[in-house]
Amino acid sequence: MSDAVRLIEIKEEIHADNQRVAQGLRCQLAEKKTFLLNVMSSPGAGKTRTILKTIDALRDRFRFGVLEADIDSMVDAELIAAQGISAVQLRTGGFCHLDAAMVAKGLDALDLNALDVVLIENVGNLVCPAEFDTGAVKNAMILSVPEGDDKPLKYPLMFTVSDVLLVNKIDYLPFSDFNLQAMRERG
Amino acid sequence: MHELQITERILDVVLKHATGQDVSKVVRIHLRIGALSDLEDEWIQHYFDYLSRGTVAENAQLAITRTGAVLCCQSCSCSFEVTREQLGHAHCPDCRETGLELVSGREYVIENMEVL
Repeated sequence: MSDAVRLIEIKEEIHADNQRVAQGLRCQLAEKKTFLLNVMSSPGAGKTRTILKTIDALRDRFRFGVLEADIDSMVDAELIAAQGISAVQLRTGGFCHLDAAMVAKGLDALDLNALDVVLIENVGNLVCPAEFDTGAVKNAMILSVPEGDDKPLKYPLMFTVSDVLLVNKIDYLPFSDFNLQAMRERG
Repeated sequence: MHELQITERILDVVLKHATGQDVSKVVRIHLRIGALSDLEDEWIQHYFDYLSRGTVAENAQLAITRTGAVLCCQSCSCSFEVTREQLGHAHCPDCRETGLELVSGREYVIENMEVL
């Protein structure tokens, strides 16, 4: 063994494994003709309610399933299952986000042949979920007015990876300094 | 918040590349991290110090280079680099469009490592 410092080339992207699993999921879903949408927001922005209302409005046309991610508890999946919708609760066990492997496990518990749309309710968090590809075809984000219009400046990655932004709780607009135009420009 | 998972992955890759290479000690690991990562360099090092105890990578220093985020204009296809702070107000420098796609800025690449 020599005492000289040697250089070992690595050139590995550490998200590569996750991206492979995510890409595999997208192929599998395309084959089954199932649309997977990843819904992200802060805790309390209204993900569960928006998902329930969306399904309510569209359930005559599409067959829905939901993957509920939370650090702990089953409350959201129970709420959705109570409406007669296939729901799987993914407990992340302390993790602050979902990755593609966790989503794959959740999808295994659903009958994809009987579903047109699967909605992922990601862990309520504007930081970590943005960094991990879940295998979803599109990312949707919900921002509620009480959170403020400065969030794109504070969490740029989340706003960048999201394909669509839904501004929620707009009935609070008259009582707040939230500027929708500024939000449009920043988002 | 997900420093632990990322750092575990860094250590796994480092140990994999050290195996069979007659490595007695990993001195320094060069990482290239995209500007949009929310992880703090200092915390990645803290987690790494904790996780690498008892391995050949114990006490290795993480040398982190931050690279800018690159956006591509969906209207005229030009690519340009922005900082994290500029991202919230980014528009195409050529045609002023705001329909932009992220090309890079999220990466975590382990470039190489210095070993004894």
